[in-house]
Formats: sequence, structure tokens, C-alpha cells
Amino acid sequence: MPDMKLRLKIWKQKNAKAKGAFASYDLDGVSPDMSFLEMLDLLNKNLVEAGKEPVAFDHDCREGICGSCGMFINGYPHGPVPGLTTCHLSMRYFRDGETIVIEPWRAKSFPVIKDLIVDRSAFDRIQVAGGFISVTVGAASEANSILVRKKNSDDAFDSAICIGCGACVAACKNASAMLFVSAKISQFALLPQGKTEAKERVRAMIAEMGMQGFGNCSNTGACEAQCPKQIKLFNIARLNREYYKAF
Amino acid sequence: MITLNAKIPEGPLEEKWTRYKSGSKLVNPANKKKLDIIIIGTGLSGAGAAASLGELGYSVKVFCYQDSPRRAHSVAAQGGINAAKNYKNDGDNTYRLFYDMIKGGDFRAREANVYRIADISNQVIDHYTALGVPFAREYGGTLETRSFGGVQVSRTFYAKGQTGQQCLLGAYSSLNRQIKAGTVTMYPRRDMLDLVVIDGKARGIIVRNLITGEIERHSAHAVVLATGGYGTVYYLSTLAVNSNASAAWKAYKKGAAFANPSFVQIHPTSIPQLNEFQSKLTLMSESLRNDGRIWVPKNKGDNRPGNDIPEEDRDYYLERRYPTFGNLVPRDVASRAAKERCDAGYGVGKTGLAVNLDFRDAIKKQGKKAIENKYGNLFEMYRAITGMNPYEEPMQIYPAGHYTMGGLWVDYELMTTVPGLYAIGEANFSDHGANRLGASSLMQAAGDGYFILPVTISGYLSGEIRTSRISTTSPEFEEAEKGVRERIDKLLSIRGKQTASTFHKRLGKIMWDYCGMRRNEEGLKKALNLVEELKKEFWSDLLVPGEASDLNQQLEKAGRVADFIELAKLMITDALNRKESCGAHFREESQTDDGEAKRIDAEYSYVAAWEYNGDNEPVLNKEPLKFEFVELKERSYK
Repeated sequence: MPDMKLRLKIWKQKNAKAKGAFASYDLDGVSPDMSFLEMLDLLNKNLVEAGKEPVAFDHDCREGICGSCGMFINGYPHGPVPGLTTCHLSMRYFRDGETIVIEPWRAKSFPVIKDLIVDRSAFDRIQVAGGFISVTVGAASEANSILVRKKNSDDAFDSAICIGCGACVAACKNASAMLFVSAKISQFALLPQGKTEAKERVRAMIAEMGMQGFGNCSNTGACEAQCPKQIKLFNIARLNREYYKAF
Repeated sequence: MITLNAKIPEGPLEEKWTRYKSGSKLVNPANKKKLDIIIIGTGLSGAGAAASLGELGYSVKVFCYQDSPRRAHSVAAQGGINAAKNYKNDGDNTYRLFYDMIKGGDFRAREANVYRIADISNQVIDHYTALGVPFAREYGGTLETRSFGGVQVSRTFYAKGQTGQQCLLGAYSSLNRQIKAGTVTMYPRRDMLDLVVIDGKARGIIVRNLITGEIERHSAHAVVLATGGYGTVYYLSTLAVNSNASAAWKAYKKGAAFANPSFVQIHPTSIPQLNEFQSKLTLMSESLRNDGRIWVPKNKGDNRPGNDIPEEDRDYYLERRYPTFGNLVPRDVASRAAKERCDAGYGVGKTGLAVNLDFRDAIKKQGKKAIENKYGNLFEMYRAITGMNPYEEPMQIYPAGHYTMGGLWVDYELMTTVPGLYAIGEANFSDHGANRLGASSLMQAAGDGYFILPVTISGYLSGEIRTSRISTTSPEFEEAEKGVRERIDKLLSIRGKQTASTFHKRLGKIMWDYCGMRRNEEGLKKALNLVEELKKEFWSDLLVPGEASDLNQQLEKAGRVADFIELAKLMITDALNRKESCGAHFREESQTDDGEAKRIDAEYSYVAAWEYNGDNEPVLNKEPLKFEFVELKERSYK
């Protein structure tokens, strides 16, 4: 496939306090084999070499697992292809001559730091509140002394693969973090190791979620549709069940 | 010259660690909270150490460059984590794991350290399981295992192709528990830019706040580097693109010896490069070699699609050359064999720089569902990147820079040659010799962080209980901060024409061509000159836009590339010095008649620990490797 020419409309914002605005860039020579982030690398190389300010964005592993990258692309978190993070989104999915609109996550709890970089530390604070099993190093029993039904273990894994990117919050009209929180609650609720402090955990995490300013869930399902790891909505049902059981 | 004292305890192999623990000094619980420990890095080793030390009651400060500790690159490890549980009743035990690692590392690792990590492996699995890591399970509810390269037992625990992520999130959760308890303070989005040494002891670090650009001073009674490896020196590698060597490099320049820097593992199964602008290579887990068969066409120039090439026209070259281990030979062997076939003109794909990894037979035998259960997410990742469906046609793979066995020299206590400075996980050199076996990195990182460091560091800190909190206003801190500021100003003031990434890419090409899978004296000498020229060009033609007092990703990158260029020189120097082949270090001058690596034990049975010497050539210190418990043998997988 030949190289493409694109028009990019990208959110530029100097820092958390500054007022942001869209800037337009024309970019030539985009290979369909590039990833979306490599396309932005090319843009930045051109900008820097022309003495202009590059676009700031978070990224790291570039293999869809660290959860660093994430941007709103043409109205979708991580772009229009389901099940992919931005770093895995190939330019094959775009057309020559297309205009692509790129924005940061928009949520009160994720303030913009610069351009496409947002502050997601609210997620960490929710995990700090209770996203753990209290076992001290050295205190664990022999691994096979804990038997776990294979189905439960597999289901726990499916919940545990959340990468903490924040797409669920960005996709939600309420900027709710319920899918994120429910994934962790589900993982531990499904495992015998997590049962002992299940009540304390769900109460603490839900309370912190509120403190961090995330909205409530109104069951729209946009989070599930946009989650690059395809975490399922029924985790939220399980979260609610766990929460009711906790009082 | 520094003195290398490995401090290996006396006694039989299996008793050394127990004896050490019995004799080690402890710190009174009341004193622990008065002792500060800095940890840089939040991967399996760093987060594990932070949690463990926090639980013990020390005051721990943890730093990482990512926005959250959950993103450290341990997250990307795929295939698994080893332990000598012998759940499969296939004859595994601690000694066998130890021996496999010693042999896999081509007899260039320290016996005592390797035995200890093998011994601890079972505890690591117990701990992660207790933390709720959802490892794969059998229908009866017990833990499942699989095989990995270089071994004949099934000892690898896994969580599909995301074992690293699951273990890291386990470690992150235990770190979070300590943050909540108040024993650990987390400082994300910080780059360590220098180590502060006072009266010969590591006493703190200088970091740059990556959001505000502020330069901060942090002090402690001990500093722990858990900063991972330096495989990104090749530019294209399986590492996170921001992974860097800077913290370890600063430590080297402050007196920590750097051991075996040329020992780099090139992983055999990565997705090949697809375009010139590519920024990284994505790994396809080694576990795939359990079921996938590696082959190239028997006839040169056979351009038919893989599925159209009949059995008789396929060369399953690993099965042919290594009938005992077949597709499960260690990584270095598999990588060189792939390169050999491609260089000889039998490669497949657009560029000819790829070989097939074929699941046709496995799917036929076990069914698509079974393969999907084991590797589903890897297959999807492959499809997303390449647009090809591995359920229906062979994957194409090629070697890529992956893991660095070399790293900061540490003694048995994991302390570097700077008192009070420790290196754990991939950042140290100690356990994998000249080649790491698959699924041993998570094991080592977790073992170092959770179980070894917390024991050994208490011996050092017991001598520090009378040292009050370290002030950050001492001349040493002043000077270190001044140096950091001057360098940032210099990087910004060049205002040349080439971006830091451009230099990084050029450096990577030199290293891949001359200091990669195969090395020879002529090439290495040439590379040394090329890197020297690149260094001059870097410091005269670098272009970094923006300011220091702002979020400036180009500036971050420039500092890292400047350090990579210096490290590259040391890697080449080390590769030149070691005229033998061993493990991943393949010197063309030293090979057997059939092209296998040939060690020269009489001359090179040592750890090369390089000491910084200002602008002069680095000084080579040798730690002789004594093999008291295993017999040195030719490493054969035939």
C-alpha cells in the first residue's frame, strides 16, 4: 500500500492551568504499516526539525500491556477499532486524505497535564485504598494448598487483565470508573484468597472512587465497548453484589 | 582499583543461604522506621522490595519514570515464571533448576547466587498465589505448568501470555498496601539523574520531576536500583521504548562496577520489523515453541505462501540440528540458528529476515480451542500488528534484542561496589551468566526483591542505626545537583539539527550490526570508532526543543541517549576483551566445527567487572568463577 497523507487536529494545552485548543497539522509519508504512535513520532520528528513544539503524549511498552498510552481518536478512546490500545492501532485502518481528531481523555478526575497527557493517579489512589490481599512476605502457605476451581481462576484472570489505561472513564458520559474498580473487585471476589477481607475491600475502594470525583454508573455500556482488553460489563454487576453484601 | 569480594558464605551449596541468614545482623523494629531506603524502579524486583521492606517497618521512598508503578516493564513479560515445585512429578528439584540455569548460562554465573534463587523459587510462587495472581490451573484446582526452552521438565507457571502483567499487578498490590500503611511513599514521573555518594557510601539521588522539570534531592541510608536492563541500546528491542540505562550508568560513574556488559540476550521469537519508522519489536512468547514448529523452505527463493509448501520442502532446522531439545533449545541457540538460515538466503517474508513458527500440526492434534486457551492473546496481538492470522498460516518471527544478563556487579548480598548501593532484578548481573533461560527473569526479580534483599540489607543497615536522617544540603548533594543542571543546560544549548531519536536509531544500528548476535574483532573495532564519532556528533548536532522547566519528553530522551552512547562503548570494549564465545556472546573467532559457541574456560572463566576511570579507558577487574559443585562441560543441546 502506498504512503498516506493525513490532516491531524490535535489538542494542544501547555499545562494543567492553561486553556487548550486544537491545532492542525498536515502529515505526509504515513505508511499503513505504522502504528498510530509511530505516526505521531513522525509528526513530532518533523515538528522538532522545523523548530516547532512537538505533541506530548504518554506511551511506553508499545505492545498493549502497560496502559500508558491512550487518546481519544475520532471520538473513540484508543480509536475506532475494538480491542486495541492506541499503540496497537495500525494506520492500515485509516484512509489517505483523512482528517483525524485527537484529544486527551476528558474527565474531571483525569486533569490534563499537557497536550494528550492526563493525570490518572486517581486510579492508583483507588487501588491503594483496598486493591490488595493482605499477605505479608513469608506468610504464604504452599501454593497448592489453595485449590481454585479452574472456571473461577479463568474468570478471575479475565477480570485481572485490566491495564488501567482509563479508556472506560473516557468513554463514559458520567466519567465513571466502575468498570476499572469492578475488574479488581471481581478478580479477588472470585478467588478464595480474596474472600477474607472482601467486605473491607469493596467498601474502601467504592468510597475512594467517590472521593476521586468519578461519576456513577448508568449502565450505558460504553466502557465495555471501548475497553481495549474487553473487560465485561457483568463485572459491574458483581461489584454491586459485593457492595450490597458488605453491609 | 576496586576489590571484588563476592562474600560467598562457606559451606555446602544447599546450606549457604541458611547459614548466611542465621549469621546476618538484624535491625531492631523500633530502629527500622528511622532508616530511609530509596528504591528506583517498580517492576517485580523494585515493587517487591518496597513491599517487603515496608512490611518490615523501614521508611521507603520509591521512584519510577512512569505515571504509575503498575506500568514498569515487568508488565510485558509473557510466558511464565519458573519454580522447582515438581508438581508434574517429572523429576524436578532445586538442584536441577540450579543446574539448568548454570548450564543455560554457559557456566558464566556464580554458583552460590544461582542455587539461592533456585531455592527461593518455590516461595515466590507461594507468595504470588497468596496475593491472588490468577495462574493457570488444572481442573482439580491445582496449579498448571508448562515447558520452556533449555530444560526437559515442566516447571513454568503462567497466566496465559500475560504472566508478567499478573505478577506485576500482584507486586503493585502489595506495594499499594504499604503505601496505605504509610511505610512507603511513591514518587512517580521521576527520572533518576545522579547518585549521591557521601564518604564512600550511597546516600541519595538527584531526580528530575518529569512534569514540572524541577530538580529534587532525596536522601536515604541505602539506595536500591531496580531499574531493569539496557536492551533499548539497540533502539529496536522488545523493551518499553522509555526503558533506559541512565540510573545504572550514573551509578557506574559514581563507582559501581559494571559486569559483563556485552552479555545481551537476543530473543528468537519477535515479530519482524515491518516498516522503517518502527519504534519497537513485539515479542511473541517463547512458550509458543512448546507447540509451534520453526521452519524455513528447503529451497532458496521458494516464495510460495507457507501453507503451500509441502512437508518435503520444509526444513525444520532446529529439530534437524538439535534432535534432543528440538524447538525448545535455549534462546541464544535458536536466535543464531534463525540468523544463520536467513543470512544463507532461506528467510521468509517481505524482507527475507524472518522464519516460520507454525501451529498447523499442533492445531491438528490438539484442536483450535486448546491452542486458543494457551496462546489466545498472543495470537490476537500478532494478528493486530501484522494483519495475518496465525491460526491459519504460519507466524513469521525474527530475533530481537531482549534481556541483558550483564548489569551492575553485585556481591552475594546484592550490594554493588559502592557501599549502601544495591542492584536487584535485571539491573544486576548475577544469576543468568551468559544467557538467561526463559521464565527465569520474573523468578529472579521477585526473589531478589521479596526474599533476598530484605535479608541482606538489614546487615548493612544494622551498622547505620546511629546515623541520623541524611541531610540534603551537604556539598555532595550540591555538587551532584549542579552537575545535573549543567548537563541539562548543555543538552538544550546545542540546538543542532538531529533529534535524540535519530541518534538513538543510528546507535542501535551500529550495535545490532557489530555487537549483536555475532561479533568479531574487526567489526567490534569498527563499531568502537563509529560510536566514538556518533558521540562527537551527538554533542555538536543534537536538537532538543523547549525548556528544562517544563514537561519535555525530547529532553528526557536526549539524556537517555547520551548515556546509551557511553554504555555502548563499554559493551563493545567488553565484547572485544572476551575472545571466547559463551552463551549469547558469540565471537566468530571461537566456534566449534559445526558452528556452536566455544568457551575458553582456562582464560575467560571470570566475571568482567568494569570500573569507571574518568576520561581514560575503563579498568577491568576480574572475579574468578569457581565451580565447586558442578563440572564445567561443553553446553550441548543436540
